[in-house]
Amino acid sequence: MTPSLAQPLPEGLPGDRLSRIQIDRSCRQTVVWYVVSAVAWLLAGSLLALLASIKMHSPGFLADADWLTFGRVRPAHLSTMIYGWGSMAGVGVLLWLQARLSRSRLPLPLLLPVTVVIWNLAVLYGTVRILQGASTGIEWLEFPVEVLAFIGFCMAVVIVASVLMFIRRQVKHTYVSQWYLFGAVLWFPFLYVLGVVLSEAGTVRGVAKAAANWWFAHNVLGLWFTPIGLATAYYMIPKVIGRPVHSYHLSLLGFWTLAIFYNWAGTHHLIGGPLPAWLVTVGIVGSMMMFIPVVTVAVNHHLTMVGHFHHLRTSPTLRFVVLAAMSYTVVSFQGSLTALRAVNEVSHFTHYTIAHAHLGVYAFFTMMMFGAVYYILPRLMNTEWHSARWIRIHFWTTSLGMAIYWLGLTWAGWWQGQLMNDPNVPFLAIVEYTKPWLHSRSLAGVVMTVGHLSFAWLVWNLVRQRGAALIGPTLLKRRKGA
Amino acid sequence: MNRSLTIALGIMLTVVLSMAGLVLIPNWQFREMQQHKDDDGNLWPVQLEGAEALGRAEYVSLGCIYCHTQQVRPPNYGADLDRGWGLRRAVPRDYLFDKPHLLGTMRTGPDLANIGARQPSRDWHMLHLYNPVITSPGSTMPPHRFLFERVAATDRAPERAIRLPDESGWILPSARAESLFAYLRSLDKSYDLPEAPQ
Repeated sequence: MTPSLAQPLPEGLPGDRLSRIQIDRSCRQTVVWYVVSAVAWLLAGSLLALLASIKMHSPGFLADADWLTFGRVRPAHLSTMIYGWGSMAGVGVLLWLQARLSRSRLPLPLLLPVTVVIWNLAVLYGTVRILQGASTGIEWLEFPVEVLAFIGFCMAVVIVASVLMFIRRQVKHTYVSQWYLFGAVLWFPFLYVLGVVLSEAGTVRGVAKAAANWWFAHNVLGLWFTPIGLATAYYMIPKVIGRPVHSYHLSLLGFWTLAIFYNWAGTHHLIGGPLPAWLVTVGIVGSMMMFIPVVTVAVNHHLTMVGHFHHLRTSPTLRFVVLAAMSYTVVSFQGSLTALRAVNEVSHFTHYTIAHAHLGVYAFFTMMMFGAVYYILPRLMNTEWHSARWIRIHFWTTSLGMAIYWLGLTWAGWWQGQLMNDPNVPFLAIVEYTKPWLHSRSLAGVVMTVGHLSFAWLVWNLVRQRGAALIGPTLLKRRKGA
Repeated sequence: MNRSLTIALGIMLTVVLSMAGLVLIPNWQFREMQQHKDDDGNLWPVQLEGAEALGRAEYVSLGCIYCHTQQVRPPNYGADLDRGWGLRRAVPRDYLFDKPHLLGTMRTGPDLANIGARQPSRDWHMLHLYNPVITSPGSTMPPHRFLFERVAATDRAPERAIRLPDESGWILPSARAESLFAYLRSLDKSYDLPEAPQ
């Protein structure tokens, strides 16, 4: 393999190749709409998160209407974040990356913008139905069944667009990001359709439904958010620092081991539960095997970055992307260890798991999407970010908020589990023990929401083109000698 | 194009295999699972009907699952049995009729697999649902006042109303509260199963 295979396309290809500007122009409407919608859902999801968090330590807060009760606000938070923010940002980034990497224009210019409208309506409808009490009751699949038809249609269009770009690609080699994106775009619709069918089908009985639930839910992270997130890291890190990915072979090994092992990890959510022992053991083995793709990706990214860490001072994209990539390593290690029976005996059923889930979906995936948006949106709008200060506020509030969130709930959850396993400790004493940490979670939520508002303000100004015309990237600090 | 087709097939194969392994094979394992007939001819577990089934739907709709599990872990793994959350571990057959499954993943509140056996009192449950700190001081469970009608203190109690302990009046459970209680009361796995002796 020549090293050139392992890097995104170099700048300024001559001849009849489509220029980057033309590709970006073809993406503009669809991708900007997806990203702006995602940011709106991020704000809605943050509001629901704050409501749910406050209710956990002050249960009387807004408790006089059933649509505002904790048990409805919490799944509404998860669903808006997963299907609104995460998935819509993911689709936007995925389409743009595919177009750039295939060096082909974004196809279906009429249909793709329509999917943004349908997707938004589907998430809005599903969220309202959850608040009204029509949730399916299946974690991560709370949206009523009919939502499947709408998001399913949108995903079908996204698949067609991805495949068309892949077929029409102007370059013969396949960059590692494309493997991940291709995986994500095929896996997610399959998971979603089968997740709903297996949950509803009368032929799937009893606890097999729980197995289906966690096969689906864990794979939304593993086979949808993770591949999009890693594709972004594999694209952005080399792009920003201007050097190829360290090893092409490691990237391939990382992709296929993830594809083979991540699938099987889901039943670690059911350790100790009323399921056949072998089924849970398989989930634990799958979780352990995840060390291979995780270490592979971490080594590859680290060796790419070595000697270039000083760019973290100037590039907003790189700062978010590298923090996200590091979080991926941490959250995956933590996840594998948590799947061990001895650890799980304590951590299961506690806030420890909630902290872990946020480390994955937030510190890894959400941070990665922030980084991607900082790179992509100015190129689509031909405008610079209007303020480096707001970007700094966004970075420090979200990373600090996430740190408070994770540390507080990990600590609280671990001791919650220890105390729960001691039958001499009354249950209400455990509730009392966790309360200060539930307050720290609310504080973290407020800090993170400040970051989201800053981000939304930046995106809003950018799409209104209130910034300097794009000449070079917005930097957090001037480069020396610049 | 052949290469991209191969990639696509490989990608789909990974996820199809895991679905077969984690869902279809266990489901096939359960294919002949049936209710157990005890010495008196009763069938266990019982399929819920009427108010109990309605109450289960209410449990789903109100999102009780986000703080309560319904699964008793085996001995020497956690302290579920020592805490009195059950007399035996839960096994697949206990969940024969569960749709959706309500195993749960979080214990902000205690496990409810046997709450009907542990706490059969209607008064207790109604007061607890109305305002949990009445029965459980320090609880962070949300009050479900919207499931009740508040009746001012009078000499004559309305039928089926429950007196508030501070004697400030009565609470009258709605049909939703009654069905929710019926469901909670039905949660009782103290029957014997051959695969899970007590």
